[in-house]
Amino acid sequence: MAAPQTLFEKIWNNHLVIEEPDCPVVLYIDLQLIHEVTSPQAFSALRDQGLKVRQPSRTVATADHSIPTHDRTLPIADVMAAKQIKQLDDNCREFGIPLHGLGSPNQGIVHIIGPELGLTQPGMTIVCGDSHTSTHGAFGALAFGIGTTEVEHVLATQCLLQRKPETFEVRIDGVLKPFVTAKDIILALIARIGVGGGVGSVLEYTGSAMRALSMDGRMTVCNMSIEGGAKAGMIAPDDTTIEYMAGREFAPKGAAWDEAVKRWKSLPSDAGAKYDKTITLDASAMEPMITYGTNPGMGIAIGAPVPQLSEMADESSRKALAHALEYMALEPGKPLLGRPVDVVFIGSCTNARISDLREAARVIKGRKVTPTTRVLVVPGSQQVKKQAEAEGLPKIFLDAGCEWREPGCSMCIAMNGDEVPAGKYAVSTSNRNFEGRQGKGSRTFLASPLTAAASAVAGKVADVRQLI
Amino acid sequence: MESFTKLTSRVVPIPNESIDTDIIIPARYLKATDKVGMDRFLFRDWRFNEDGTPIPSFILNQPRAEGCKILLAGKNFGTGSSREHAPWALTAFGFRAVISTSFADIFRSNALKNSLLPVVVPADVHEELFKLVEADQKLELTIDLASQILTLPGGKSVSFPIDNFSKQCMLAGVDQLGYIQKQDTHIRAFEASHPAMVVTTAK
Ligand code: SF4
Repeated sequence: MAAPQTLFEKIWNNHLVIEEPDCPVVLYIDLQLIHEVTSPQAFSALRDQGLKVRQPSRTVATADHSIPTHDRTLPIADVMAAKQIKQLDDNCREFGIPLHGLGSPNQGIVHIIGPELGLTQPGMTIVCGDSHTSTHGAFGALAFGIGTTEVEHVLATQCLLQRKPETFEVRIDGVLKPFVTAKDIILALIARIGVGGGVGSVLEYTGSAMRALSMDGRMTVCNMSIEGGAKAGMIAPDDTTIEYMAGREFAPKGAAWDEAVKRWKSLPSDAGAKYDKTITLDASAMEPMITYGTNPGMGIAIGAPVPQLSEMADESSRKALAHALEYMALEPGKPLLGRPVDVVFIGSCTNARISDLREAARVIKGRKVTPTTRVLVVPGSQQVKKQAEAEGLPKIFLDAGCEWREPGCSMCIAMNGDEVPAGKYAVSTSNRNFEGRQGKGSRTFLASPLTAAASAVAGKVADVRQLI
Repeated sequence: MESFTKLTSRVVPIPNESIDTDIIIPARYLKATDKVGMDRFLFRDWRFNEDGTPIPSFILNQPRAEGCKILLAGKNFGTGSSREHAPWALTAFGFRAVISTSFADIFRSNALKNSLLPVVVPADVHEELFKLVEADQKLELTIDLASQILTLPGGKSVSFPIDNFSKQCMLAGVDQLGYIQKQDTHIRAFEASHPAMVVTTAK
């Protein structure tokens, strides 16, 4: 009998093109996602070498990072951004790649549109010149971010050179308390393992708490696997996954659907399969989380104080904490709760799906956001926006005093003019609190949509449980 | 790709832990559609004020950084995004090697494809290097890729890991694409036996 295999090993082995001694393996890529920021130099390289895209039909593009989120009928004011977006249009046309660009009903953040169109499927290998490609692992796919040179390699050959990563099981059992969400799970994990804790590994999330999550929640968890340093995050497909896939535009139909479901059901890790590492977390002990520092590992329970320098394990972590607190202008030992916030951002590939917007709306409905706090709600895609409109969510946000925007990355990366001003504080549902990430000098607290919405209403860092 | 064989250079120490890609090059400089002039954006917000004037206390603005090809960085370098602009900016500035205790996976992979050598050293050596560089700003290190040896002044040496394939590519200065292209018959065979799961161009 064959040795028991993990989900990762099954997909890996199924995509090996060739493995030569002393060389990395050549891995076949089922789907490459393209966006405007990390692809122009790859297309130029193809052109310079007279190469074609090997499989345009396994490639799909959208514009998300540098596009404005206000009135799309106006020309793009930023000349560089406009040029980059035009370049994407031109490249896709020249190389025959389907583009869901500006004006398309399917435009949106690349990691949101892949799943919602049914392009992301269990058992696939998926890459994109974007680190949050780990999102797609929620379907039981092996999905990871690559650099621009690798984008070029995949465009030219549909393959990548890879070294086998280690496997790391993250087992999360137990039932979440009310108002504790997928975002809090992943922030708690990264606070535990640190931003380098997953380097060299692919995480597989298992356990009853993961099985209980919706696909949207699973995507939030897998999305931020990269913030723990992991190459990818994965969750085995189950009935929740299959139900989500059914009827999606690019999902298989008819007999092909039955065959696909059979294949997907064979993917979960076998009983007795071995992981290189395992960690166990108890979901029932988790609290809503928030970050205080300048990397996503610097997180605490919402009511907890910012750590003291003396709590750090070594000199290097002490220095890192001191540096972060100086940048954030925070004092050790004091809680974040009650601290005034200037901006609230509800959006990004971590938390801009319909269920995220519903959660935020549930808190904001019938309330007003604090007038001194700018609150930006940015749906992750045109489809999310349309669904939100059908449910009357924009009215709830607008009545409360929030801004309701067009889909894109927006203030997650602040490339498009949506920025947190220098020195100001933001509660953000995005994934990175790095220095300057949301604009030069911006100070970011990462949290869930519930915490962000509660903070918008309170005008300060708030615990949603005290508001509801 | 430029070849990398042996390098002797003074060292720029930046001891911060987990230096991320947004620090190495902030996202607002990712709108370029080519690779030209990226050195101007390296460590932009630590290096320059809002108005573009240099911040004198930052090491890259000091005479000691001039001509340095080795960056000695705090633990866990390059965490964050997949932007290859990070190694492009580092190499455009003149760096050919970064020394740390570990590197984020995507950064390491990107660096190797741009002839920027990520050198992983054990924690004690890492600490010692910072002390030595602190004590003597003119100190030079030698990195020999063929033997995978980092030599400290006084002759002490440590070996560092690198996979043989990347090493051979860097020594020869060849891009990895050629290797994949040579596997074309295998790729065709794979495609013939594995029908596409999605066809993005459908309808
Ligand atoms: S939303 Fe943020 S993290 Fe996600 S793809 Fe866009 S910029 Fe990257």
